[in-house]
Amino acid sequence: MNSETRLVEVRTRILKDNDVTARELRQRFRESGVYVVSVVSSPGAGKTLFLEKTLTALRQRYRVAALVGDLATENDARRLAQADVPVRQITTGTVCHLEAKMVQAALGDWNLGNLDFLFIENVGNLVCPATYDLGEASRVVLFSVTEGEDKPRKYPTIFHTADLAVITKMDLAEAVEFDADQARASVQAVRPDMPMLELSAKTGQGMATWLEWLDRRSGRGGNPPPR
Amino acid sequence: MHELSIALKLLDIAAEECERQGGVSVETIHVRLGALSGVVQEALLSAFEAARQGSRLAQAALRIEDVPVRVYCRSCQSEQTAESLPLLCCGRCGTASGEVIAGLELELTALEIAVPSRPASFPVPEGSEVP
Repeated sequence: MNSETRLVEVRTRILKDNDVTARELRQRFRESGVYVVSVVSSPGAGKTLFLEKTLTALRQRYRVAALVGDLATENDARRLAQADVPVRQITTGTVCHLEAKMVQAALGDWNLGNLDFLFIENVGNLVCPATYDLGEASRVVLFSVTEGEDKPRKYPTIFHTADLAVITKMDLAEAVEFDADQARASVQAVRPDMPMLELSAKTGQGMATWLEWLDRRSGRGGNPPPR
Repeated sequence: MHELSIALKLLDIAAEECERQGGVSVETIHVRLGALSGVVQEALLSAFEAARQGSRLAQAALRIEDVPVRVYCRSCQSEQTAESLPLLCCGRCGTASGEVIAGLELELTALEIAVPSRPASFPVPEGSEVP
């Protein structure tokens, strides 16, 4: 068959499907009155302990739950369940990030109206999660003192999509000669005016500031939950 | 490495659009890729190579247009190309800026598709059969 070449303008976001699902999720979250926070970091930055302490502190005052993404195992879900709040695990298999559809599937018919806060722990990865909107209201990026002060300069995109940077494992700062000023400068270089805080989930340092940020940001108001 | 899922998505969108347009095959897929999109051009190209094998679009080529980061500079009060990544500074005066105007693109802009030629509107002379 004879054919000719035709140029067709398409102009579509490649991840349009994900964006559409994320928009639906965001609307569902808003209508249910649940404030959704996603947490991203490289593997081993301390997401799970950070969330464990956060959930424990918040549940004194709020109804909270979590979704946890991992390539394999349900270890993190088991750990978070110790905070005595509802937790669901998403195992992604070989996929290195969460997508909106996975969140939607994991939520199923969960009655979100019963919740004040829902946390989504992404797969440990500072690259791919940046590209996928999950419908969250806030995204928090963690990096630990053991990873080096220049982490933000190496992974600018994720810092760009996040609303708060948290430096974790501050209890180890001295041992690894962590330079907080340099780390702060790294964050501000890739994302001027980005709010950030220093924290140790182990000792509790910075937890109150983090919970205050969350209260303010979510508009939940009230006093920060007791530590 | 999410480039493979993006390559697969590209092939899906292209195949669907080609069918919608009555095309028989996709020759070229044009993509705009922002420097802050989180997708690495080289990785996307090799993922695409792998993904197109055995697909309906095995012959399709991928053309990527890089989109540099542009920021709004509060000092210059204008839109400027960012100086260098990952530091987002105005290329003109060096002031740090978090207001990104361009550079997040991850977009399929256009397709070159093969469509059946329109039948000739005049009779083809005998003996000059088109191959």
